[in-house]
Amino acid sequence: MGMTMTQKILAAAAGLEKVEAGQLIEAKLDLVLGNDITSPVAIKEMEKMKVDGVFDKDKIALVPDHFVPNKDIKSAEHCKCVREFARRNEITNYFEVGEMGIEHALLPEKGLTVAGDVIIGADSHTCTYGALGAFSTGVGSTDMAAGMATGKAWFKVPSAIRFNLVGKPSEWVSGKDVILHIIGMIGVDGALYKSMEFVGEGIANLTMDDRFTIANMAIEAGGKNGIFPVDELAESYMKEHSTRSYTVYEADEDAVYDEEYTIDLSTLRPTIAFPHLPENTHTIDEINAMEDIVIDQVVIGSCTNGRLDDLRIAAKVLAGKHIKKGMRCIVIPATQAIYMQAMEEGLIKTFIEAGAVVSTPTCGPCLGGYMGILAEGERCVSTTNRNFVGRMGHVNSEIYLASPAVAAASAITGKISSPA
Amino acid sequence: MNNAKGIVFKYGDNVDTDVIIPARYLNSSDPAELATHCMEDIDKEFVNKVKKGDIIVAEKNFGCGSSREHAPIAIKAAGVSCVIAETFARIFYRNAINIGLPIIECPEASKGIDAGDEVEIDFNTGVITNVTKGTTFKGQAFPEFMQKIIAAEGLINYINSNQ
Repeated sequence: MGMTMTQKILAAAAGLEKVEAGQLIEAKLDLVLGNDITSPVAIKEMEKMKVDGVFDKDKIALVPDHFVPNKDIKSAEHCKCVREFARRNEITNYFEVGEMGIEHALLPEKGLTVAGDVIIGADSHTCTYGALGAFSTGVGSTDMAAGMATGKAWFKVPSAIRFNLVGKPSEWVSGKDVILHIIGMIGVDGALYKSMEFVGEGIANLTMDDRFTIANMAIEAGGKNGIFPVDELAESYMKEHSTRSYTVYEADEDAVYDEEYTIDLSTLRPTIAFPHLPENTHTIDEINAMEDIVIDQVVIGSCTNGRLDDLRIAAKVLAGKHIKKGMRCIVIPATQAIYMQAMEEGLIKTFIEAGAVVSTPTCGPCLGGYMGILAEGERCVSTTNRNFVGRMGHVNSEIYLASPAVAAASAITGKISSPA
Repeated sequence: MNNAKGIVFKYGDNVDTDVIIPARYLNSSDPAELATHCMEDIDKEFVNKVKKGDIIVAEKNFGCGSSREHAPIAIKAAGVSCVIAETFARIFYRNAINIGLPIIECPEASKGIDAGDEVEIDFNTGVITNVTKGTTFKGQAFPEFMQKIIAAEGLINYINSNQ
């Protein structure tokens, strides 16, 4: 019985010839990540441990991105705790305001995540780096502390679901629609404890930014990780961004999967998840046949959809138009490099002329931290990843998850709308 | 850590970490402060009613969403002695064990226990007794190392005590 791609990476990191689903292993870590919410708890835990410092100052990434620039005194104290820890331990990859970005957009851009890596991060969307052929998964602060101290973590080897992607997505259909379609199909616990392995000739029709978005939301189906094969596009991305060597793993031909699905990308439609779960999906055609869903706010950004492709699509929809009077449209480039490139391409000008506001990189509104909190009864179309009760503000507010194209189109009309 | 006994708070599927501890309170990492907002967005009365030793019972995918360890920390600091669910989201499962909050997957118990029931759990055997209804369920017993982690109040203390 062969191994899945994920199992091969884990076997190598554990120094084993072979692993199988359910086996408990201890694996060496290539990167341990934390942010301003989770790191302070990890730092406190690590201080209780009888260890001298971190296992490798180059293999820890600390990215204050949730509540920065500091939203209040308590957040400032958390960031101070992370900053001082980084200084004390001479952490190479600590990213201060001004150089920081949203962690899961920033780390691949900085070349810190490459194919074959084993990465843990105290943030659930750490699964994003599977787009580059890495094994990466979210953990809590205690695991982060143990990882920073020892450079190792234990894992239960996951079984996998295989998603065979074929065909080419039509205009206005992007990675967000692919992953929302999949979550709608298998449910928010459809991949619980499992790997989501994406394969098939259709992958060639997905940009790197599409793939990051898809891998990013594996956790919204309960997945342990989401992973893509390493093709020429992924290799050129890594060569452009990283000086690190990488290892390409491929699933064995006789690897066993719990389930297999084939998805024809050409049949997918813009897909929107209704409150209050990412699995409550409807296509834009179904929505067009419903009564208007009137909205108050649009958010375009986050670790899911704050990358350059996302901003380009949003700007294409908004160019020469204006958002509906009384609507708020908040655009958040995920990193400083994306922000700069968007400026050079004139995208920021397009957003401002259309009546949107553009923010410095932050996770802020996605998790109801700041920079776009909803009042009671308000509705938002958001390119973020979760639409749980109260996620973006008041417990009686609503979030509709969508692609940047649908979000931008909806900002213009003030109701959920098709970009076409 | 051999057993737990308390009154049950019952919830459904997909109780996410945002309702367990909303992000607007994540500017604190103090367990006592987090406990005062525990379950706030799903059950406003929880913090007023919960007593030390009480038990949470839920259905599928408890603790889905964010990796915030603040979620099990808030539940534990609120006095809850155990969470029983049909299934748990994987990051929550790890986090709960790592901070020393006992959790048990047991679909039958999840179905056979209602809000307000008095429930007793024997962690050595995994037996869950619904004292109110006079029924018992067999959950998974904790392996010895997990019992030790929980008794040590978390993974870090456990590691330290073994050095």
